[in-house]
Amino acid sequence: MSDVARASNRPLLDLYRTMRRIRSFEERVGEMFVRQGTAGSMLHLSIGEEGVAGVCAAMEDGDSFTTHHRGHGVFLARGGEPGRMLAEIGGKEAGYCAGKGGSMHIADMGVGHLGANAIVGGGIPHAVGAALSYKTKGIDAVSVAFFGDGAMQQGLLYESMNMAALWSLPVLFVCINNQYGMGTRIDRAAANTDFAARAEAFGLAGRHVDGSDVEMVLETAAAAMTTARSGTPGLLTMTCYRFFGHARMDKSPYRDAAEEAEGRGHDPVAAARARLLDRSEAREADLDALDAEAAQEMDAALDWALAQTQPPGAAMFDHVYAPDEPPPQPLRDRLSDVLREYR
Amino acid sequence: MTAAAQTATYREALREALADAMRADGDVIVMGEEVGLYGGAYGVTKDLIGEFGAARVLDTPISEAGIVGVAVGAAMTGLRPVAEIMYVDFAGLVMDQLGNQAAKIRYMFGGQTGVPMVLRTQGGTGRSAAAQHSQSLESWFAHVPGLRVVMPATVNDAYHLLRQALTKPDPVVFIEHKALYVSKGTLDKDKPDAPWGAPVLRRAGGDAVIVAYSRMVHEALAAAETLAERGVEAAVWDLRCLNPMDLDPILESVRACGRAAVVTESCLTGGFAAELSAQISEHCFDRLEEPVIRIAGEDVPIPVAPDLEAASIPTPGLIADAMAWLVSREAPAWA
Ligand SMILES: Cc1ncc(C[n+]2csc(CCOP(=O)(O)OP(=O)(O)O)c2C)c(N)n1
Ligand SMILES: [Mg+2]
Repeated sequence: MSDVARASNRPLLDLYRTMRRIRSFEERVGEMFVRQGTAGSMLHLSIGEEGVAGVCAAMEDGDSFTTHHRGHGVFLARGGEPGRMLAEIGGKEAGYCAGKGGSMHIADMGVGHLGANAIVGGGIPHAVGAALSYKTKGIDAVSVAFFGDGAMQQGLLYESMNMAALWSLPVLFVCINNQYGMGTRIDRAAANTDFAARAEAFGLAGRHVDGSDVEMVLETAAAAMTTARSGTPGLLTMTCYRFFGHARMDKSPYRDAAEEAEGRGHDPVAAARARLLDRSEAREADLDALDAEAAQEMDAALDWALAQTQPPGAAMFDHVYAPDEPPPQPLRDRLSDVLREYR
Repeated sequence: MTAAAQTATYREALREALADAMRADGDVIVMGEEVGLYGGAYGVTKDLIGEFGAARVLDTPISEAGIVGVAVGAAMTGLRPVAEIMYVDFAGLVMDQLGNQAAKIRYMFGGQTGVPMVLRTQGGTGRSAAAQHSQSLESWFAHVPGLRVVMPATVNDAYHLLRQALTKPDPVVFIEHKALYVSKGTLDKDKPDAPWGAPVLRRAGGDAVIVAYSRMVHEALAAAETLAERGVEAAVWDLRCLNPMDLDPILESVRACGRAAVVTESCLTGGFAAELSAQISEHCFDRLEEPVIRIAGEDVPIPVAPDLEAASIPTPGLIADAMAWLVSREAPAWA
């Protein structure tokens, strides 16, 4: 039984809370720019993709995952602490990676986050490698690779899926299909967009789900995780819509207002809210209170993150190599070594 | 030399290193194309699958980027993979996983995890294998902070550098030379030639210093033989490790005689010889009698014709001529 389902007898309410937290978080990421200028200029918001909370809820403690460059939502849903996430995004020492990675390279071994990736498709084989470790060492865990529809066109995905299927590894590939890779709509990137069929062709279990229905996401992902855990890797594609531009500066001039309005109509957060009210699983006032709580949490996290400092200069040379290994020689020291001899 | 010393080939020493490492550390796995049943394209992993089984000697599909990427993920989660890339020439297929992922993960993630893996590969000329199977691409890797790069020249180093690589916390690119697999030498499992990172003086000489690594150490030693007959005593240093690299003993040796040459099989422009030459020049500037010269491969793709192939890299004759010119100002006939 998954974390969320175990934790509550009202799974939709929990999923709603997670999704609301993701949205509130992403709104603060946008605000961070305004309040702090340029730190971490490569920011990709997952607003519209919150349904991924359903996949995260189907994962267990001990499972690991990698994400793409639009991975804040996944990390938050898997236990990322918003203050430290925002600190990392802003290049602060208190961040998850000591301010050395940022939004696109955030990671937390503590919750099994093996890393976000700025290379489209780059983190996919790492999840396969983790699954290889689990199988070799007899560890009961699944590794999940999250990526966008853009990565469906990367060769490395197919190398990875083939090896996962060949070796019966506990991996789930999750494609968050937000319809766009930067300005290229999916039908301009692939002749056949039935991605689940591609996975089937490789011997994986292919599944597809509407990302605006988070309950369905949870149900489908739970089935996919069970299959993966038993050694049949799968691909789950989740359709959604990227509500805003690719990154901060992108105003999406390549798509029209009607399309955006239609796309934003598939709002997983609003849909879950409507369903909770409809089924009388929550009252309007409860949900408003929950929204306010999420907003407060993220406001506090943002204030805290903004108050943090950047790493000291000497940190530049830490972690190029392992702590016991000599760090690279700083340029000034090197120049001094050379020039002192002749002066 | 200790009682454990024996004669072995470079290939056997590598195989012994893998087998001993796998016996010593249950987390070591070997993965790559043809490493299992076939025994390795150059026979280095022969019969390992018999002793360690298919789960630890993993035959992979022909998916170089995937092999390295899977090794990265496995290394982050408790295994110590040795990923074999059959030819260094296939580096183009793996450079993202190696240079952007393996090399940078520790740094990007603020030291939370390392990537303790070894990428074994082989390069170089000598088998008329032509332009896509004969290159020396070490400078590609040495240019990436975070990657260790080692290139053994001798049988003993083949064993010990590989054993040492398999204890290191960071990713190591281990480049063998295809022309050395059959070379014989002394393997003393109890006695490494030098610590990790340190160069080894393979021949002493007071007139000039030759710095080389991998196969070029042998070409430099052959050149030094003929130079001795011509009255020139050249020291030959085997660099062994490009990263980490301890150049100090070599710099001392250059300061003493004022003349140095760097010999690489890899082609000249932008190559590691340029890095070595620059460092020697910077640190020995006021002791140099002559410019530090680079004797490197021609700036051409490796041709298949055996005569052209052989002529495309430094030969003992060429090295000796250049050194004699450098030391005694005897211009060679080709000058
Ligand atoms: C290998 C590589 N190629 C191109 C880019 C530039 N780039 C960054 S994000 C992106 C679009 C990716 O689309 P998708 O995978 O669907 O993810 P999304 O941004 O929609 O979440 C591109 C082309 C990159 N970072 N890496
Ligand atoms: Mg997309």
